[in-house]
Amino acid sequence: MAETFIIIPGRTSRQGAGISEGKFKQNYQDEITQLQVAPEDMQRLNLQPGDWVRVSSESGQIEVQIKPAKGGELPPGLLFIAYGDLSSRLMGADTHGSGMPTSKGFDVEMVALPDYKPTPAT
Amino acid sequence: MATAETSPPPVSEEIKVIQDATCTFCGCVCDDIDLKVQGHKIIEAKRACVLGTAWFLGHEIEDRPMCLIRGQEASVAEGIERASQILTEAKYPLIYGMSDTTVESQRVAVGIGDWIGGLVDTTTSVCHGPSGMAFQGVGEVTCSLGEVRNRGDLIIFWGANPAESHPRHFTKYSLMPKGMFVPRGRKDRTCVVVDVRKTKSAKAADIFVQIKPRKDFEALWTLRALANGVDLDPEEVERETGQPFTVWTDLMDRMKAARFGVIFFGMGLTMTRGKHANTEALMALTRDMNKHTRFVCKANRGHGNVSGADNVVTWRTGYPFGVNLARGYPRFNPGEYTATDVLARKEADAAMIIAADPMANFSQPAREHLKSIPYIAFDPKETPTTRAAEVAFTVATYGINVPGTVYRMDDVPIPLRPAFDSPNPSDLSILNGIEKRVRELKAAEVN
Repeated sequence: MAETFIIIPGRTSRQGAGISEGKFKQNYQDEITQLQVAPEDMQRLNLQPGDWVRVSSESGQIEVQIKPAKGGELPPGLLFIAYGDLSSRLMGADTHGSGMPTSKGFDVEMVALPDYKPTPAT
Repeated sequence: MATAETSPPPVSEEIKVIQDATCTFCGCVCDDIDLKVQGHKIIEAKRACVLGTAWFLGHEIEDRPMCLIRGQEASVAEGIERASQILTEAKYPLIYGMSDTTVESQRVAVGIGDWIGGLVDTTTSVCHGPSGMAFQGVGEVTCSLGEVRNRGDLIIFWGANPAESHPRHFTKYSLMPKGMFVPRGRKDRTCVVVDVRKTKSAKAADIFVQIKPRKDFEALWTLRALANGVDLDPEEVERETGQPFTVWTDLMDRMKAARFGVIFFGMGLTMTRGKHANTEALMALTRDMNKHTRFVCKANRGHGNVSGADNVVTWRTGYPFGVNLARGYPRFNPGEYTATDVLARKEADAAMIIAADPMANFSQPAREHLKSIPYIAFDPKETPTTRAAEVAFTVATYGINVPGTVYRMDDVPIPLRPAFDSPNPSDLSILNGIEKRVRELKAAEVN
């Protein structure tokens, strides 16, 4: 069953270093395609590291693998993903007269995809 | 088709050392990096952080054409001609990016925008654009990073995570340095982090205040009320901010007791609901605190020369970003003339993207429209934006191959000390070529 969370896309040092190494290289791609979930939420929803979930916002949806947030970085109810293609797909286009789309702290729904098989990249 | 305009000079494999090179990855613009260079590769970057090391070591010369037109190799001259045609034939062209190039290139890019009557916007609009709007509303009490280093005894980071985004911020400027009025360095400073997540930066703080998501505005106005002696309902404060009232009164006591307080703020404020209202509240709080003691604030700027982009666009047009030059004079209106808006609304009919990657980080409607119009892209690396461009230039990297000037996040200009020559042209040389050709084509239209 889908559950509502607040997602915070943001910078990580690995994502930043990956920009300089190349955006089509493994380091960058790995970092921007993993969703961090609070360990308490993973336990409650019976999710394991590497499981696939679907995350949907008002503007788009993504399928993404999860990993537990480390060191108490995320309180339950919050998700984190490094800036990149996937985080941008969830972002709305409306900037509310500011030029800046609401890129952090917006509502999403997350649902587990136990039988999901990703389409191989072409 | 030839890709090289001239034969590249032979490359010496002898190791040379470049002292005090400038890192342009982030807004810290550290200018104390010693580089070991062998041929077309930097093999060591002494004193660089994890981001700086990746920046210097990751920008070797790649075997890619200097110019591609619709994915086919072309000469730089052919690219300049096609780019000039795209820009002069468009009705509503957009020039965007510019935060990862020199002020010299930014100056020419704005000039082209003027000649073609286009929009000029920078990556500021999707990072600290809301801070720029707040700045216009309430002003900014601020200072240089040198003053923070020598005077700051209470350092607050709000919605910013420099441990990941500006790794030398703590050691070079804000927490660790022994300064003139903080002689014991870290021991003389108190660090407070306010955030919705317990980030890596929170772990470096003396006090971490974890607020409810989307409640920065309420938390900042709580502090404004306390700074101004306004009575508040403690239960309501806790309900709104997620922290007991005593946390805020304790923080305000510390702020009033500081000799030189500093608030560094990040995109936790500007990208969250409220945006410029959040940063306006923070700047107003900073102003309020000067009734009690010396207090300043500063945006933690991301890209190496995004502050330069603000400065250059401002001194050329009077506005910092989101400028429309279609009527022959500048007009500023974020939301109307900013890049992501004019793309998502399908208004722009051509674009020139300089050192930015909107195809990776704009909203999906904006990306889909950009992909559908002819645009020119400049980047040292292959990116989603260069891949979909009608004309893509592979350019030399600023600070590594190209000299010039950049502005640090505190608006201090810093010179670049390049490490080695690149066989690729600088974006400045191509922009100069485009500006010259655009002027010729525009003159022909008149005649």
